[in-house]
Amino acid sequence: MSNTVWLIPLFPLLGTLLNALFGRWIGRHAHWIAVPALACSFLLSGAVFLRVWNGETFRGDLFPWIEAGTFRTAVTAQVDPLAAVMLLVVTGVGFLIHLYSAGYMHGDPGYARYFTYLNLFVFSMVMLVLAGNFLVLYVFWEAVGLCSYLLIGFWYTRKSAADAGKKAFIVNRVGDFGFGLGVMALWVALGTLDYGTVFDEVETLSPETATVIALLLFMGACGKSAQLPLHTWLPDAMEGPTPVSALIHAATMVTAGVYMVARTHALFERSGVALDVVAWVGGLTALFAATIGLAQTDIKRVLAYSTISQLGYMFAGVGVGAYAAGIFHLVTHAFFKALLFLGAGSVIHAQGGEQDLRKMGGLAPRMVLTTITFLVGAAGLAGLPPFAGFFSKDEILASTYHRGRLWLWALLLLGAFLTAVYIFRVVLLAFFGGPRMSKEVAHHLHESPPVMTLPLGALALLTAVAGVAVGMPSTQGTAFARFLSPVFPLSEEVGHGGLSAYALLVLSVIVAVVGLLFAWLLYGSRPIKVEAIGRPRNRLHALLLNKYYVDELYGFLFVRPLLRVAGFCARVFDLGFIDGIVNGLGQLVVGWARSMRRLQTGYVMNYALMTLLGAVVIVGFLLSR
Amino acid sequence: MKLPILSLVTFLPLLGGVVIALFPRGREALVRWLAFLVSTAAFALSLLLYFGFDAGSPDYQFVEQVRWMPSFGISYHLGVDGISLLLVLLTTFLSPLALLSSWRAVEVRVKEFAASMLLLETGMLGVFVSLDLFLFYIFWEAMLIPMYLIIGVWGGPARIYAAIKFILYTLAGSVLMLVAILALYFHHGGVTGIYTFDLPLLTRYVVPGGIQLWLFLAFAVAFAIKVPMFPFHTWLPDAHVEAPTAGSVILAGVLLKMGTYGFLRFCLPLFPQASLAATPWIFLLALIGIIYGAWVSMVQPDLKKLVAYSSVSHLGFVVLGLFTLTPQGIVGGLIQMVNHGLSTGALFLLVGILYERRHTRLIAEFGGLWQVVPAFSALLMIVALSSLGLPGLNGFVGEFLILVGAFAWAANLSAAGPPAYLVPVLATSGIIFAAVYLLWMYQRVCFGEITAEANRGLTDLTRREWAVLLPVLLFIVWIGVYPRPFTGKTEASVQALIAQVQSKAAAAAPAQPDLQRIHASGAPTPSAWGAGLGGR
Repeated sequence: MSNTVWLIPLFPLLGTLLNALFGRWIGRHAHWIAVPALACSFLLSGAVFLRVWNGETFRGDLFPWIEAGTFRTAVTAQVDPLAAVMLLVVTGVGFLIHLYSAGYMHGDPGYARYFTYLNLFVFSMVMLVLAGNFLVLYVFWEAVGLCSYLLIGFWYTRKSAADAGKKAFIVNRVGDFGFGLGVMALWVALGTLDYGTVFDEVETLSPETATVIALLLFMGACGKSAQLPLHTWLPDAMEGPTPVSALIHAATMVTAGVYMVARTHALFERSGVALDVVAWVGGLTALFAATIGLAQTDIKRVLAYSTISQLGYMFAGVGVGAYAAGIFHLVTHAFFKALLFLGAGSVIHAQGGEQDLRKMGGLAPRMVLTTITFLVGAAGLAGLPPFAGFFSKDEILASTYHRGRLWLWALLLLGAFLTAVYIFRVVLLAFFGGPRMSKEVAHHLHESPPVMTLPLGALALLTAVAGVAVGMPSTQGTAFARFLSPVFPLSEEVGHGGLSAYALLVLSVIVAVVGLLFAWLLYGSRPIKVEAIGRPRNRLHALLLNKYYVDELYGFLFVRPLLRVAGFCARVFDLGFIDGIVNGLGQLVVGWARSMRRLQTGYVMNYALMTLLGAVVIVGFLLSR
Repeated sequence: MKLPILSLVTFLPLLGGVVIALFPRGREALVRWLAFLVSTAAFALSLLLYFGFDAGSPDYQFVEQVRWMPSFGISYHLGVDGISLLLVLLTTFLSPLALLSSWRAVEVRVKEFAASMLLLETGMLGVFVSLDLFLFYIFWEAMLIPMYLIIGVWGGPARIYAAIKFILYTLAGSVLMLVAILALYFHHGGVTGIYTFDLPLLTRYVVPGGIQLWLFLAFAVAFAIKVPMFPFHTWLPDAHVEAPTAGSVILAGVLLKMGTYGFLRFCLPLFPQASLAATPWIFLLALIGIIYGAWVSMVQPDLKKLVAYSSVSHLGFVVLGLFTLTPQGIVGGLIQMVNHGLSTGALFLLVGILYERRHTRLIAEFGGLWQVVPAFSALLMIVALSSLGLPGLNGFVGEFLILVGAFAWAANLSAAGPPAYLVPVLATSGIIFAAVYLLWMYQRVCFGEITAEANRGLTDLTRREWAVLLPVLLFIVWIGVYPRPFTGKTEASVQALIAQVQSKAAAAAPAQPDLQRIHASGAPTPSAWGAGLGGR
């Protein structure tokens, strides 16, 4: 298996290098390198998956890496059921997004550069998933941050895009500051960073130490997966090309945090407290972001807050110990969120770059394929049966309920209602009702080319069948959970059998349907007054429109004070004080010398007088002893 | 007789410099090529050192010792170990590149410039290979003169001020060190009867506590100025801004490392107890340097000043690593010295390339460069990422090891409890600020629309500029991906150094009542220091 495993990241890496070095000559043919590279990775991931299905696992070192004294690490990869699933999702969804990009980015002057970054992104994510120790994880953890920086700021001439890229990197760095400390603390505590050894010896850690380390690692997860309070970069990340948003939100990057917590769950369980923190941060973020999603007018921003919210669900799931449920939601979310973003991209593409929901409407008859697939995605997100999101979200809700976390459960249920409201609001505003775009835009409306609709179809199919195929609840857990059971042992209450389980299922459906109806009541049942959308109606609405003023708060608390302190240090302290002392010393010496110079009058008489005086003083001194 | 490789490497540039100085005026092309070839030859020779170096041995290798002034105990004693090997290579590697980079930048007094650069190279190499304090001091001072000239003759508008500031600052430190060297010489002679400047001999001797502290301080100030550590750093921005590109590259790439090298080669082994006692204070200055340097960098309007202040921050990391006295910290510190030489050297080269085209270094004058000079912009991005410690590039390897070392140091101070962990935590915060100042700079230079018309006509990298930058880039990636060929050479010496410092400190501790006083006065207990930090 060793060769196959190492080939999976190798292909996108080669694609990156080829397009980076020869992109100038490859130009508009860049996709002929990037897309097949991903296809190869995907096929190899499939092969690896089948081997894992048959019970094989893999673990191997490529070469020894950073070493000093007792600190020994290697570039290690490992494949177990969890990694195998992630590989399939990353390379599979990644491949579809690559394919779609070939259409979406057609004619962009930075075409080769785009595919360079895209391949690099998938390479980094594949390595992050394959990592067999914390250091490799950390490296590619930062590497995906870099890729997001490059891709969000892809259209770098726009200041907003460059700003957004920088913000993504820096906010992620704040998280990685914690993550890095966590990794170091782990090494100091256990003397190793290898997954296997760490998880075996985790019992030797005191719960307090485990809590500190786990929370530090989770800080990184908050940054990467855009959870409170480090969520601010993700909505701005919409500045990147839309397929990039799909890649970031679905297949790569943001899922890394959930994956990491699931992967290192032994550590979080040893702490206990840390797991609760994960659950609550997840639950609160889920609700928090969903409320913001209700009010946004930019189609991609709604989806961005939706991602934050859905990641909150995943964290809530892993936080209550339902790791398989959390990862299952990660997978289904990858399908339907990629679908929604690519669908939104198709809409934006058709409208010549317009992202404002207020200027859409009535697209359904003109873009049938996009509309149908978007609807499937929306149903998946809202949790309508039989689409995938229904099964995965219900698993999380049921797990919180069965484990007695009723408050958390209530929070998530409320979130589920809001989710249905905001996503069907988007559907109704974009695809139904009367068209609100300008005549010229309306004239040019067209369905996207097959290279773009094909991925939409594939993702819609996955969203439709994934839940039924592997997510059916049973007394032995879902098929998905059983596959992951070597990593996450099935827990006792896993069956979720009995009346309460069915009652919960029905409740989920009711909540989603009520949300749908509510959205219809507001946006579908009567003609839309476009002036009323996006204008603050009351205090609460203003709060939501302004995203709870978190960006403003951070600006006030961190950004501006930092700049002010830096300015003070540079201009006042460094130049004024320190250099003032230095230059002052210099002037002192020069001044002293200048005053001494006056003694050198050049008159022999003066010197003779001084000599005489000196002699008198010395003789006087000697006599007086 | 074996080939005296060290002497050849060290003095080949000097020889070349003398020959060039004797050239008639007006043969500029020839002079440039000759200087470049001489320093390249020195690099080629120094590769013999790398491949002949036995990584398993902590001892000095390629040792040459010749009696010089035996009546004073002075000998011509050279050698390299794992601590100096990489620095020697860094010097021989950067020197030809710096010369190549000045091909167009230096148009006047080319002959004198080339000779100064070669003389400088000999001085720097001599500092790294000397095992005799007297010899070391000669090289240490000899190096100042060509650097003074390079800033003062080929520098920018305020070059005289900068050059004088540079030399006075450094001399102030050097004089203290000279006094300390002499004091050590006479003290050692007085106690043991052997008057010698020989470093290995002196290292064996344990200096009594009271004297040790003063000697340590004198050395430490000299090195702290050179590094430069906060608050002795204000000569650096001026020197960098005024120096020509080649001068900046050598200044940042090699000269600053003399300070950190000095700490490692002299302060730690000669004055172990004083070093240990001073560690909290050194850490305090290093931490201030890391954070303060980054903050000040953030708001610099001038590219060269920004890079100069970032050096204060980066070298704060190095000093921190060295004084953790852990294998991770010291190996990391050594690798980070090399990394800083490569990354910051490359940054200065790139800034120089811009300056040659636009004759300005103000960030506000640029913007949108990616559209005009994509190759330049791509390289600037890679180098900036390396400088901010992105994993996969060289900076990360050093920084991570240093921080691990700091963590291990804090963990060893179990008595101090959580406050000691403030050291690694505050140091790690530096990586956030590094991202801020570098990415912000990058955005303002390369992203956005082209704001200044003058930038539209910029030409991308020439073949010569590629030739200068590619080798640096190669190592930036190599060290990041596979650092073992570099870290591996240092480990044995580092382990031996740590063992030596610890055994000397332990041996001296009970026998020296003075030590108690050092501990009582010189260094607060770790917890007190932690509390002090917390209360800041």
